[in-house]
Parts: sequence; structure tokens; C-alpha cells
Amino acid sequence: MTACGGTTKDSNTNTGSGAQAPAAADPNAALKEGLKIAFLPKQLNNPYSDVETGGGKVAVEELKGEYKLVGPNDASASSQVSYINTLIQQQQDVIVVAANDPNAVCPSLNQARAAKIKVITFDSDASKDCRDAFINQATTEGIGQSLAKMALEQAGGNGGEIAVLSATPNATNQNAWIEVMKEELKKPEYAKLKLVKVAYGNDDDQKSFQEAQGLLQSYPNLKVIVAPTTVGIAAGARYISSSSYKGKVAVTGLGLPNQMREYVKDGTVTKFALWNPADIGYLAAYAGAAMASGQIIGAEGEKFKAGKLGEYTIGKDGEIVLGPPTEFTKDNIDQFNF
Amino acid sequence: MSDTPRKSSAIDLGSAIKSRLTSWDSIILVLTVLVLVVASFSVDNFGTSRNFTFMVLDLLPIILIALPMTMIIVTGEIDLSVASTLGLTSSLMGWLWNQGLSIETIIPLCVVIGAICGVVNGFLITGLGLPSLAVTIGTLALYRGLAFVVLGDGAVADFPWNYTGWVTGTIGGGAVPNDLILIVALALIFGIVQHATPFGRSLYAIGANAQAAHFSGIRVARTKFWLYVVSGAVAGLVGVLWTLRYSSARADNGSGLELAVVAAVLLGGVSIFGGKGSLPGVLAGVVLLTALQNALRLEDVSGQALNIVTGSLLVLSVLLPNITTAIRGHWRRRKVRQAAAAR
Repeated sequence: MTACGGTTKDSNTNTGSGAQAPAAADPNAALKEGLKIAFLPKQLNNPYSDVETGGGKVAVEELKGEYKLVGPNDASASSQVSYINTLIQQQQDVIVVAANDPNAVCPSLNQARAAKIKVITFDSDASKDCRDAFINQATTEGIGQSLAKMALEQAGGNGGEIAVLSATPNATNQNAWIEVMKEELKKPEYAKLKLVKVAYGNDDDQKSFQEAQGLLQSYPNLKVIVAPTTVGIAAGARYISSSSYKGKVAVTGLGLPNQMREYVKDGTVTKFALWNPADIGYLAAYAGAAMASGQIIGAEGEKFKAGKLGEYTIGKDGEIVLGPPTEFTKDNIDQFNF
Repeated sequence: MSDTPRKSSAIDLGSAIKSRLTSWDSIILVLTVLVLVVASFSVDNFGTSRNFTFMVLDLLPIILIALPMTMIIVTGEIDLSVASTLGLTSSLMGWLWNQGLSIETIIPLCVVIGAICGVVNGFLITGLGLPSLAVTIGTLALYRGLAFVVLGDGAVADFPWNYTGWVTGTIGGGAVPNDLILIVALALIFGIVQHATPFGRSLYAIGANAQAAHFSGIRVARTKFWLYVVSGAVAGLVGVLWTLRYSSARADNGSGLELAVVAAVLLGGVSIFGGKGSLPGVLAGVVLLTALQNALRLEDVSGQALNIVTGSLLVLSVLLPNITTAIRGHWRRRKVRQAAAAR
């Protein structure tokens, strides 16, 4: 049934976002001092995003700007919008945001851009047409392949059942990595591995702990739990280390060295990976400052300097890739403190 | 008013004014105006037209759902399933849109779906006589679960711009958001029904004493049933508006909103035991909470501190009327004692 003259999915033509064409970049422009740079993570008091924004703070101090950190208490799609609106009212120069939902934040981010605020996303991208650049901690492929590789290494020679313990069911980045991992698992070298379930701990410690427990109750032959989230891997490792599965079931994925140190030392975890989150915030602040100073506009191929991290080149769709993830084992974990 | 005229009408009038002044409704109204005025003068960017627009958008879901919620709480019941109804509507809106239905068909359909959620609540509570707290906690989980069944963990986002734009837009591009028309219209309708019709008066009678109301000819069950249907329909409408505002249909939309609404209603001076409260008080309560949060955010107060402020306000709102009642009661008893001693 279709109503006469109604607007349907097929007849609906949304035209461009109406973002004004920016002025040409001037690569030799000086970095401005006193820039107001605000960080808006998915939610506050998450140890991982605290490290990220901490890196941002260091960069903003180097840039002699004004650093600000705001954010909701819950990682829901709409809770960030009020905070973005507040930042617009305060006339920040740069908003660095990790989107809880790529579309829900769009109208307000575009309002920010209309008010001459530069919008840089990190962690979880917003739709391409409502931000100026995206700091990608690693390529989606790189992470997904690394997860599959670590699972294969730790499942042992005979392979077996593996399960994923993710964050929220709608986490943009986690879902993208899991997709790549699934694609990897189809390859012949992964034939011995069988992905039996993707569980969601909602990035909540208690829920993740219970989900890890539930996984082993439902799948007693499980060989590896792969958690592409720092909350999940820590909760999973805590459960395994305190259970009879210790040494029989491997936990791997993406984790913070400080949270995982004891589990690496007690043999629960042999290897996990991550990029340096402090560098993400640091790079985002520099990208925002370069943009607010007119050095770059977010076009492909532009280059800018990000302090101690050196020179970066903007890729397709305004993506800036931080670099390959670091793997942590008992041999190198003590070199890291975040 | 068929009261027999009393001798001391002047004293009556005086005490009526006094009781009005110490009643929570007027306190909250004054407090709200105070917060708005003080914030406009002392908080940067609070009094701008753009901030007014942002505030109205933040108010919208809470205020609309609070309208029927006020009536329900006045009758001594509660509806905790509203936010889940919103989520279910939002999910279905996304799903129907993906099926290729026109948005003009989907919107009324969503309001009907919300109403059906209300029918289920109403039937369980009035038809089977189950306690509303238990029932709506149950349907809170049930409707939210269904929402995830419908849309899973995905989101639908490609709604037509003329609709999403209207919800976040303003009248003629000025300072007055389009949504304000909706809020004012619905608030007027609900206000008139609650405070100027026999139906509205019957709500208070039910809240004060449901049995007595029943014996005096009020159809208690039927009244409550329709309140739940209306509550569901409004939650459905808010589900549509929410989806369009964030241009994102999701199963977890509006999570936790039911508590924000109940909090605002109680802050507005409605008694959780029923029989007491006014809509102007509730509207002031919602405005107070939103304005306070908005102002504190502009001042860079953290989310946790916001919660502490909101929580303290709520505790105060429950505490203060009780204290004033106690003081008044004490005075009255003293007067009686003095009068007895004088005799």
C-alpha cells in the first residue's frame, strides 16, 4: 500500500548537507594560539576514553589552547546532542567527538559547522557529511585481521570454538571489526576456527562479566574469547582467571595494558593488542588546530604536522589513520603505562 | 461550591491565600521563574534565542509524556512503560519506513501502535485488576524487548529532510521552535480537561479514594483504562518526534526517560499517592529541571554533578510540602489549644 503523493523511502531524495564550501587551505598558515578545543567522548568515566582525552589535553597545552572535556553519563545515541548544543553556544573553535550514533549527532554537528566550528571525530565516526575529519586509530581491516590472527594463535593446533564479547550491539567500530573478522574466518587458514556466538556486555563491567560466564556455560568447549573492547576483555579475563577455565580458555582482543597487566602476569592472557589511545586524542587536537588555523580543510592528500607524532596525510573522505596497533605480551607490557 | 456561608469569611480568605502561598505548586513556579531570570543574567549564552530553541527540543519528550502521566499519577496509578513504548514506536517507524510505506502513513500508524501498547497496560490494570507498578514494569521490559526484535541493533536514518527539518526547525526561521506549537496545543488540551471538566475532577476523586469514587458513580476502571490508552498514544507520538529529531530510529531510543518524566511530575507537586497536584506545577517542574541542566552545562558542570542537583531537588520537593504541612498542623493545634484555654 502506498498513500497518494506520500513520501516513501524510494521517492525520498535527500540532497546535500548544505555545508558551505570552505576557503582554500594555506599549508603555511601559523598554528593559532588560544584555540578553544572541546572533547566529547561517548561517555565520561570510561578508563579508555580518559586516556584518549588525556592525550588531547597534552596536545592542547602544547598548542597553548583552552582544553575542555564534556560528556554524558550514558553512551546513548541522543544524550550527546545536548552537549554539542552547549558547545555551539559557547562558541568553541574545535569539537572533537566520538559519536554514539553516526546519524543522531548529525543535525547538531552541522549546526556547529555552520557556526564556524571545526568538527573532528575519533573512535566512532559520524556520517561523512557532518564532520571535517575522522581520526581512525587503525584501519578497520587491520584490527579485524589482527583479532582473527590472535584468535588462531591462541586456539592451539586443533583450533575449535571461539566467541566474541563485544560492547553495545550498535557500537559502530566494534561491529565493523567483527564483520572483518568474520570475513577473515572464511579463509582456508582459519578453517579450524568456529565462531559460535557474538555476545554483548554493553561496555559495562558487570554485564560483560556475566556474559563471559554465560558463554562458557553455553559453550563448554570454547577455546578463545575475543573481546574487541577494553571493558569486555578485562571483565572476561577477570572471570577466566578466577575460574577453573584458567589456562584452558584464552582471552584476547583489545585491552589497556594497565588493566590487563595482572592477567598477563598470571598467565590468563598471553597476547592482546591496542593502539596508544593517548595518541588518538593528541592527533585529533592537532588536526583540529591545523584546521581551525586554516592549514588544512580536510581534503584528500593534504599534509599537516602533529607535534611529536610527526607528519600525517589526510586520506579519502577526510580519514586520518593513526598507524598499526601494538601487540602486548608479558615481554613488553611493562613498557606501557596507560 | 454549595458550602454554607461561614461567619469568618475574611479569615478563610486569608488562610486560603496562605495555603496557596505555601503550597508546593507556587513555590515551584516561583523557583522556575527565578532560575530562568538568574540564569539569563549570570550564565553566558543562556538567554539567547538559539539556546531557547535547544531547550524546547530537550523539553519536548519529557513535557508531552508528562501530560498524561500527571493524570495517571493523580489517580494514584503509574505508567513506567512510556519510554519503552517510545522505543518500540521508534523501531517500528524505522522498520515500516524500510518496508517502503510513506511517512504520512507511518506517523498516524505509530500513534496507533502507541495507543495499542496503552490498551494492553489498561486491560491488565483495569480488566484484570493488577497493580499498575508491577504491570508497567513488566511492559517496560516487554516493549523494549520487542523494539529490539523489530530493529535489532541497527538504526534507520534516511528519513525525509522536510520532516526531520520541521522537528528541529523554528517558525519562519526565528526563535520559536515548531515543536512549541505542539507542546502548547497539547498542554492546553490536557490542562483544560484536567482542571476544568467533570472528568478532570473525577481523577482527583479516584486518587483520593477510589472506592468512594466508585460508589459515587464514577466509572473508575473505564477512566483509568482510557488514561493508559492516551498515555500510550502520546508516547507513540513522542517516539515519532524523537526519531525525526535525531533522524535515527533505534530500539534503545528514550531509554530511562520514564524516570525523568516521573521525576518531573513529582517535582511539580503531584503526590505519588494520588489525589493531589496540578498541571501548571508539573509544567514548571519540567521547565525547572531542563533550564537548570542547560544552565549548569553551559557553566561546564559535570554530568554527575547534574545528577546530584536533580536528585537533591527531588528529595526537597517531597520533603518541603511535608514540612510545611507539619508546621501548619502544629499552628492549627496551637490555635485550638489557645482558644480552648481562653474559654
